[in-house]
Amino acid sequence: MLSPYPTTSERIRVAALWFWCVLVLIFLVVPIFVPVPLSFNSGSFFTFPLAGVSTRWYEVVLGTPRWRAAIGNSLLIGAGATVLATFLGTLTAIGLSDPKFPARRFVVPLLISPLIVPVVVTAVGTYLFYARLGLANTYAGIILAHTVLASPFVVVTVGASLSGFDRNLMRATSILGARPLTGFFRVMLPLILPGVLSGAAFAFVTSFDEVVVVQFLANAQQRTLPLEMFTGLREQLSPAITAAATLMMALSILLLIVANLLARRSRQAGLPAE
Amino acid sequence: MSSIAMSGVKPRAGATDRSDSLRPLALAAPLLLLLAFSFGAPIVLLLSRAVYEPTIANALPHTIAALRNDSAGVPAEPVFRALADDLKTDQAAGAIYEFAKTLNTRLPGARSQVLRLARLAGQDPAPTREAMIKAAPLLGEDQGWTAIRSGSNRFTSFFLLSAFDLRWTDQGTIGTVPADQAVFTRVFGRTFLIATLVTLATLALAFPLAYVMTNVRPVIAGIVLVLVLLPFWTSILVRTAAWTVILQKYGLLNDLLLWLGMTSDRLELMYSRTGLVIAMTHIQLPFTLLPIYSVMRAVQTSQLRAAQSLGARPFTVFRRVYLPQVMPGVLAGCLLTFILCLGYYITPVLVGGASDQLISNFIANYVNVELNWEMAAALSFVLLASTLGLYVTMTRYLGLDLFKMG
Amino acid sequence: MKLIYRTTLVALLPVLASAGMTSQIRPASAEELTVMATGGEWQAALRKAWFEPFAKKTGITFNEQEYTGELGKIKAMVETGNVPIDLVTVETSTVLQGCDAGVLIRLDYAKVADRARFLPGTALDCGVGIDVYGDVLAYDTTVLKEAPTSVLDIFDTKKFPGKRAMRKAPAQNLEWALMADGVPIAEIYKVLATPAGVDRAFKKLDTIKKDIVWWEAGAQPPQLLASKEVVMTTAWNGRIQNAIDKDKRPFAIVWDNQIVEYDMIAIPKGAKNLDLAYKYLAYAAGPEVSAQLGAYIPYGPVMADATPFVPKEVLSKLPTAPDHMKTYLVGDVEFWGDHGEDLVKRFNAWLAQ
Repeated sequence: MLSPYPTTSERIRVAALWFWCVLVLIFLVVPIFVPVPLSFNSGSFFTFPLAGVSTRWYEVVLGTPRWRAAIGNSLLIGAGATVLATFLGTLTAIGLSDPKFPARRFVVPLLISPLIVPVVVTAVGTYLFYARLGLANTYAGIILAHTVLASPFVVVTVGASLSGFDRNLMRATSILGARPLTGFFRVMLPLILPGVLSGAAFAFVTSFDEVVVVQFLANAQQRTLPLEMFTGLREQLSPAITAAATLMMALSILLLIVANLLARRSRQAGLPAE
Repeated sequence: MSSIAMSGVKPRAGATDRSDSLRPLALAAPLLLLLAFSFGAPIVLLLSRAVYEPTIANALPHTIAALRNDSAGVPAEPVFRALADDLKTDQAAGAIYEFAKTLNTRLPGARSQVLRLARLAGQDPAPTREAMIKAAPLLGEDQGWTAIRSGSNRFTSFFLLSAFDLRWTDQGTIGTVPADQAVFTRVFGRTFLIATLVTLATLALAFPLAYVMTNVRPVIAGIVLVLVLLPFWTSILVRTAAWTVILQKYGLLNDLLLWLGMTSDRLELMYSRTGLVIAMTHIQLPFTLLPIYSVMRAVQTSQLRAAQSLGARPFTVFRRVYLPQVMPGVLAGCLLTFILCLGYYITPVLVGGASDQLISNFIANYVNVELNWEMAAALSFVLLASTLGLYVTMTRYLGLDLFKMG
Repeated sequence: MKLIYRTTLVALLPVLASAGMTSQIRPASAEELTVMATGGEWQAALRKAWFEPFAKKTGITFNEQEYTGELGKIKAMVETGNVPIDLVTVETSTVLQGCDAGVLIRLDYAKVADRARFLPGTALDCGVGIDVYGDVLAYDTTVLKEAPTSVLDIFDTKKFPGKRAMRKAPAQNLEWALMADGVPIAEIYKVLATPAGVDRAFKKLDTIKKDIVWWEAGAQPPQLLASKEVVMTTAWNGRIQNAIDKDKRPFAIVWDNQIVEYDMIAIPKGAKNLDLAYKYLAYAAGPEVSAQLGAYIPYGPVMADATPFVPKEVLSKLPTAPDHMKTYLVGDVEFWGDHGEDLVKRFNAWLAQ
């Protein structure tokens, strides 16, 4: 960053810049890890210093029916929304990658709009509409609503990996007599698979984190992990929340690593990732 | 899938344009249909509630018919007789309470008067005009009848006007609501203010970091990128929980400040605007940073060197050569953060105080607590319009594309 | 290729599983009541005092749900005609609101109990009282050197500096504001019924507005005290008492100028097990049964003839204990029915300003 013959003032400027960046990184990262030590607190307070080290709050989160049900619901809804969003989103991205796709100018913003529309508006609207159809307070309703919120991520990530895909390959396979479905599974899918999987990871995280839609649509039996945390943060600050937060964070980090590895793999395959 | 199977066994040179464009559309159709069902329809339904409110018209059919001959002010005897009739019917049908509640949203204090009036209307003989005005003084005033007349139309602008703290006056012009009822202009203003503060804060933090990231070895840049993405992937609830731990009165930040001797008293950071802005800045930082970083990465450093070797001072190079090139990224990042801030709901509830609640919190409150879904719809309409307006401005006029699409 | 099929299958498993789960809905037993309550310590107390003994006696079991006390959830159910709950606990003001909105049914007291047996104001058209609680002031004895002596001390920021918490609603706060401004207790609601009185109450609240943290759920006040976020808070007496008794918190309750209120239970319109719901209401109105709740959370019975059955050690902790009734106000249901909506609106506008 320094010029070949730096002056003192330039050195100071660069040092200040570095210092600022280190502060920003601390601000970004440290808060995320703050709940981790608290989750091993043996006391029942939500503040430092720790009374002692224990795993009792993990036993609470993993052992009590209430938290377990919440974790189960989150995984169930997350899996359902991920599968649906990945399937529908990948199909859509493949359709969009065709240069002959009609009215793309209007369709693309429509597909992206769930990211832009404030989530409270989506949640309230879905709640009122689903209530009429009997879909409120059902797993199916929540999964559908989450699929909507997660699908843009899949469309974008798969779309990006398709932009490096040579469509002539598909033409070649069909000239060689392969049926389109075979062509898709044997040629296209292996090449875009990293994009599809990283879209799926995005979709899962979106659903797994979501709390506003759930707040409106879920009944007591369908409470998810984030909803349980939301109620806890408002009403009953206990270290159990920090334990749940730590578990959720561990899952996020795992998914981040997986997505990064996939991105690297697709780069090695000569395709742009994300 | 079947569309591929049918049309593509052997590529035919003469395939029509129509089937060519239908095939990709068919692939996108399932998702588009799902979006229409599970996203479009709900929002349209919600927004329609902002302008469609038939309760008053349904409750007072005869009164409204009789009012046609009475264009302004307090009407004459026949209208009152029709009103007594209607109220009697509503009382018997159990519809009176919903009517009273609906009228009350437009005319504070009307509820108890309507109920009193309905009891009176059930008596024999039917009450006189004077007796009715005595039981319900609002019927002797212009504003009472203005509310009934405007309610006779099933389509109403009342809620949308209310969202801007406006209302129809008795003279048929648009005026402001009394100061003690004016809420929403202030709440929208506050929402925009907090969104601006957060956007500026994220920019101040993100710009230098992105710049440094483009000027270090790729390995280090990669590590920093992972550190930036980490919060991005972490649940908003986890991050809000963390900020609760940090901002509490006996939390980490206060401990740190006391230890450093920077304050002598514990600061009130929870349930305050400062705390809210800090937490929101943390959550939004990656959204501002990533677009800036991706644009900065594409800047040709040779141009900067060229400018410098031609004698331009570093600041001039930065302002005249570098800044114009990275501006699209800066605008995209800032607008994305600004737009997302407008819709914040969770963080204000958990970290903000009563005077830091944003428009989304009011929408939820109208749905859940006040049962005034029409008002919630009107506020949603304004929020949605401002959000989409900004988004369209960004993509259309600034030529920015947030999600680089094929 | 096999790998792809296998991954697809694995990915689809949860969906198949979820489809299985939804089809596997609990068999609709005619002998099950679904009740929705506001959760926490209080719901646990209801369960032990009433739901479980009732199930033992009649074989009618309870399927419990939780909500935050908002009428919106019930309204959505009623509007769709799909009402999965039979009973719901609500606040007095919510009963009146729900009655007007046609969300709660008007009760047939012939199937519950003689209305005269209830304390005045606890047998409403759309809701039956279930307990008596006090809106009180609570503080942490280790934080405040000098003990507050009246709820109205919350307005004294000179003597008790620092943040204080109040409930995010106009009810009680406006009454206390007028009391603190010198209105005699007997005239509170008369004054509050006038626009000038409302202005006066808000003006008094203005004096401490910047020091107030607002709470919404009953579990928050003990939490706010425990984290020392506030120096004092208004609260429901039972939540504080349980924090003292069970969690050994160093809290204390100030009873002077408490406001006495009632919790209610109601039947939503369209409830499927109407007869069972009435059966339960009749059961809970029994004098001896009505007194049982106090053993689990110190709230008093609403049946006038239940007092002899209240456990002795509980009596002194109830809002109705003679020691606690030196100066008090009974929340006026009629007043809040008539003015509630307007005052909530005004309150929200005031909050936003």
